[in-house]
Formats: sequence, C-alpha cells, structure tokens
Amino acid sequence: MPLDIFSPTHWGLLMLAMGIVLALLRLLRGPTLPDRVVALDLIGLQVMGASLVYAVDQEQAFFMDVAIVVAVVSFMGTVAFARYLERRARP
Amino acid sequence: MSGGVTAALLVLGSGFMLVAGLAMLRMPDLFTRMSANTKAATLGGGLLLIAVTVHFAEVSVGLRALVTVLFIFLTSPVAAHMIGRAAYFVGVPLWKGTLVDELRGRYDPHTHVLRSSLEVPGEAGGQGDGQESNPQRGQGS
Repeated sequence: MPLDIFSPTHWGLLMLAMGIVLALLRLLRGPTLPDRVVALDLIGLQVMGASLVYAVDQEQAFFMDVAIVVAVVSFMGTVAFARYLERRARP
Repeated sequence: MSGGVTAALLVLGSGFMLVAGLAMLRMPDLFTRMSANTKAATLGGGLLLIAVTVHFAEVSVGLRALVTVLFIFLTSPVAAHMIGRAAYFVGVPLWKGTLVDELRGRYDPHTHVLRSSLEVPGEAGGQGDGQESNPQRGQGS
C-alpha cells in the first residue's frame, strides 16, 4: 500500500515500526538477559498495537483476534523467561 | 466526528508506543526501562484498543477490546514484577544515580533469604518484634 501522508493509520503504523526498531536495537545490544526479555516484551506489545492499527486500516475486525493472541503469547513468554532466570539463579 | 476521534486515539496510542521504544533504548538501567515498558506501552495499547472500538462501533469488537484491556492491565504488572525480581536476584547492576534500594542488605544471595523491613538487617534469625527502633528505616525519604 502506498504511504498516504494524511492517513492517521499510516502515521500510526510508521510510529509503531520506528518503536519496534528502537526496541530491536535494545534487544540486540542489551548487556544482560533480562534486558533482552524486557525488550522482547515491549516488541510483543508493539506488534499487538500494529495489528490493531492494521485492523482499522483494512476495515476488518478479525485482526483483533491476532492482537489478543499476540498479547497472550507475549505474557506467557515473559513469565516463562522470568521463571527460568529465577530457577537458574538458585541452583 | 467518529473518524476524528479514531484518528486522534490512533496517533496518540502509537506515539506512546514510540516513546516506550525510545525509552527502551535510552534509559540507563534495566529497572527504569521496565517502568517505561509497563506504563507507556500499556497506556498505548489501551488507547489503540479504544480507537478500534470507536472505529468499528460494534458490540463484539467492544467486548473483545474490553477483555484485551483487562488482560493487559492485569498481566503487565505481573510480568514486570517477575522480571524485576528475577533480574535483582540474578544481580543486574543498578544505575549509578539510584537513590533508594530498599532490598540492599536484606537479601542473602547464598541462602536466598529475604528479610522484611521490620527486622534488623544484621541479625541472623531476625526475630525482632517490630517495636524496637530500627536504624535502617526512618532515615530515608
């Protein structure tokens, strides 16, 4: 789809893409493993937001289900990483 | 009317997501970064869900948006708490400008015992009844 400078959904998608790139830089750089986990959690939330904006852009409501599934999977991944980190901290 | 409200909510929510990404890159510390993640990104997600509800104006979309907002608002602090707890126990360094670290001296990395703030940090058993004067509390803030 060509970029429309007057479309708010295109602005939203652009800002979400820039936010994902910034979080991705932290994911690549992050000095410790919890930094990467937090960056991945933020990327999950931003992908959820991108699917919501895309639902408005394409006039199709079933992209909301994608948003719900992404939110659930992101939370599960974060909790699993936290459990793994804490279990590794106490042998 | 509805289009303007949707546009404003969309741009505002996406802007909060962008600010969260910027904070994720620029904040000096894991814990400050985590605060940006759990506040700005949650607010942005809520605004985007309200935007979708206003745009479609259907009961099914609104119910799903409500459930998703409740899920995000319930799970985001839980995930942040678990990650922060695990990171503190692993030993992620704090920012050098950190003023208050209430867990310092109360967590033993060998026995994994976490004493409460009512106990004297130096004692092994820590059977204080809370009535005696505690030198650690009361001097901060």
